[in-house]
Amino acid sequence: MNFTHTEERQLFKDSVARFIADTYTLDARNKAAETDLGFSAEKWAQFAELGAIGALFSEEDGGFGGAPFDVTVLFEELGRGLVNEPFLATAILAGGLIAELGNAEQKAIIEEVIAGTKQLAFAHGEPKSRYDASHVETTAKKSGDGYALNGAKAVVLNGGAADTLIVSARSSGAAWDEDGLSLFLVPADAAGVARHSYPSIDGLHAAEIRLDNVTVGADALLGAEGKAWPAIEKVIARANLALASEAIGAMEVARDMTIEYLKTRKQFGVVIGKFQALQHRMATVLLEIEQARSSVINAAGRFDGSRVEREMAVSAAKTLAGKIGRLVAEEAIQMHGGIAMTWEYAVGHFAKRLVMIDHMFGDVDYHVARYVALSKEAA
Amino acid sequence: MDLNFSPEDLAFQAEVRAFLKAELSPALADKVRHNKTLTKDDMVGWHATLNKRGWLAQDWPKQYGGADWTPVQQQIFDDEASMANAPRIIPFGLKMLAPVLMKFGSEAQKAHYLPRILDGTDWWCQGYSEPGAGSDLASLKTRAVRDGDHYVINGQKTWTTLAQYADMIFCLVRTGTEGKPQEGISFILVDMKSPGITVRPIILLEGTHEVNEVFFDNVRVPAENLIGEENKGWTYAKYLLTHERTNIAGVGASKAALAEVKRIAKAETVRGVPLADDPYFAARVAQVEMELDALSTTNLRVLSSPDAAASAGSISSMLKIKGTEIRQAINDLARRAIGPYAMPFVSEALEDGYNGEPVGPEYALGVAPDYFNNRKITIFGGSNEIQRGIISKMVMGL
Repeated sequence: MNFTHTEERQLFKDSVARFIADTYTLDARNKAAETDLGFSAEKWAQFAELGAIGALFSEEDGGFGGAPFDVTVLFEELGRGLVNEPFLATAILAGGLIAELGNAEQKAIIEEVIAGTKQLAFAHGEPKSRYDASHVETTAKKSGDGYALNGAKAVVLNGGAADTLIVSARSSGAAWDEDGLSLFLVPADAAGVARHSYPSIDGLHAAEIRLDNVTVGADALLGAEGKAWPAIEKVIARANLALASEAIGAMEVARDMTIEYLKTRKQFGVVIGKFQALQHRMATVLLEIEQARSSVINAAGRFDGSRVEREMAVSAAKTLAGKIGRLVAEEAIQMHGGIAMTWEYAVGHFAKRLVMIDHMFGDVDYHVARYVALSKEAA
Repeated sequence: MDLNFSPEDLAFQAEVRAFLKAELSPALADKVRHNKTLTKDDMVGWHATLNKRGWLAQDWPKQYGGADWTPVQQQIFDDEASMANAPRIIPFGLKMLAPVLMKFGSEAQKAHYLPRILDGTDWWCQGYSEPGAGSDLASLKTRAVRDGDHYVINGQKTWTTLAQYADMIFCLVRTGTEGKPQEGISFILVDMKSPGITVRPIILLEGTHEVNEVFFDNVRVPAENLIGEENKGWTYAKYLLTHERTNIAGVGASKAALAEVKRIAKAETVRGVPLADDPYFAARVAQVEMELDALSTTNLRVLSSPDAAASAGSISSMLKIKGTEIRQAINDLARRAIGPYAMPFVSEALEDGYNGEPVGPEYALGVAPDYFNNRKITIFGGSNEIQRGIISKMVMGL
């Protein structure tokens, strides 16, 4: 048993942490969130230079990491900085799918991703799918040598900034069958693609995307036709591992800001941290975050085990991130009082991100139900 | 024991329903239901509609133009109006200042200000909190110094709701520094157009502008604007807290919000099955509904009790704690109900005249902003920690 990171990984974590602490401000982040792009192109390039994007890919794919614990250390630091550059959309989701399923030619895209010169998005969720990852009504029909895609995609992260979309579409089966799903690389400016990009409440950008007879060649197919589900499931598991890690970073910042406030804010002639009612609640916040951290360690440690083992651990980590993230967000605001309700004060932005993490790739209820179903499979 | 309303109350309820059906425009109700931004005209207009019927000042005595409703009638109106998605009544003039004026104001003050509250001439805001005086309100520092026929005010108020629309502000100011902090506080009325007043918006975490900072720089206020006696302001402000029993629990608004959650849960589907039939989600809704049903009765027990006034302070605290916590639980249900569509935030879509492309279902637009905005309800008006402290002290003697 060993709960310390390798020296190399620790050095990487420290360098990202330093870069964020020294150069990444909440104010600049929020301003970037108001632009059409939705993040800072300059920061993205700097992250690439730092090797932060490459850390999410294996050496054979041209990166220098890609292990589950590489994901967790990086995303924890991103959470600490409330970073809104599209690591999740471009590298984990779309990049991850190409790494899982791409042929040599398609994998050339990963090189551009690592260099910070290519933006991607995974156009998967749909207006009626909620968190159900196999619910895809978008269709792929054979058309000449290639395919014609039709349908609507919802809340596609980084959909507006993406150069290339990875579109999931169904060539057979019922609306939520796992079998029959295919993935296609689609240039974002292809004829028939209509994107409506908008900000999210937590400072990211997403898009509603319509696909109206979008024709692509056979070479656009990622992996085998109709057989994309295992890769989709695994990549979404990696996204949830990343999000649960990001939540830990954000929770710890919210926790530290609140402790600091309890030590400095005076009412009734004393610092409010002297009130036992607040002390005990803050203690709960503290220990719950440790629980969230352990669940993430469980998920990363079991990620390369069997499918059921991986998925159960990931659902557990995402459940705790959702539940504890909400607790930390709400308690941080409540214990600060009015000041935390303002745009100007940082803690509210961390709270918004924490609550929205529960709305990405499955909320608490979704993952509890999924854990129950997986438990039956395991038994 | 009889849980049913009296025949008189039922007749009253029917009258309220008929009124709402006739007078509340569907467009306005739609804005309220979807948490869209109400304009000043929306709010003032609804006040005027109620005033025309004589139903604006519901708890005022008839002599001042009020409806003189019983607490139960007021609750019936609130339930019905909330369920019909009517705008809320802006409380600052009607429910916060007016009772103080009636009890402690001079005849001249009553004659001047009360009619102007009713007809909408004056929009009032409340100048209580300061940056260093939140939960510990009595530590407020804004100074008022007597200078001939005037007071000269210097200092800063904060969290001033809708001050951007206000004509007048009622303030707690420090006029004395002797004795306990509560003893040197006065209650004074200030014209917002006075030279030396600056209003600065505070943007809330979800991006809206509803509260403000109000700065006072040598603001000269006629001495006749003082309410009652100098240094007795704390008593007047406390009277308000004990006077106000109705609608603290926000039962009507919570009922309306829970009904909206149920509508959303019927529209949202998981693999073709309504979310309302999902056992996890249904259990969450059921638990909140049970709590709300109980609170509704707790509230009516309080309103119907003849000796409630004696312990009104601690009862208000109980209603406030449960009412706000249930309301936040409903906000939490709503955000869960809309799933991934909690994320998009097109703030312009919440304003009048938005013609842009819709994102997701209309019912989802205002849900996440309202969830974050309503974090305030357990903080303002005496945080729930302060309320629990009041119960500990006043009820349990701890």
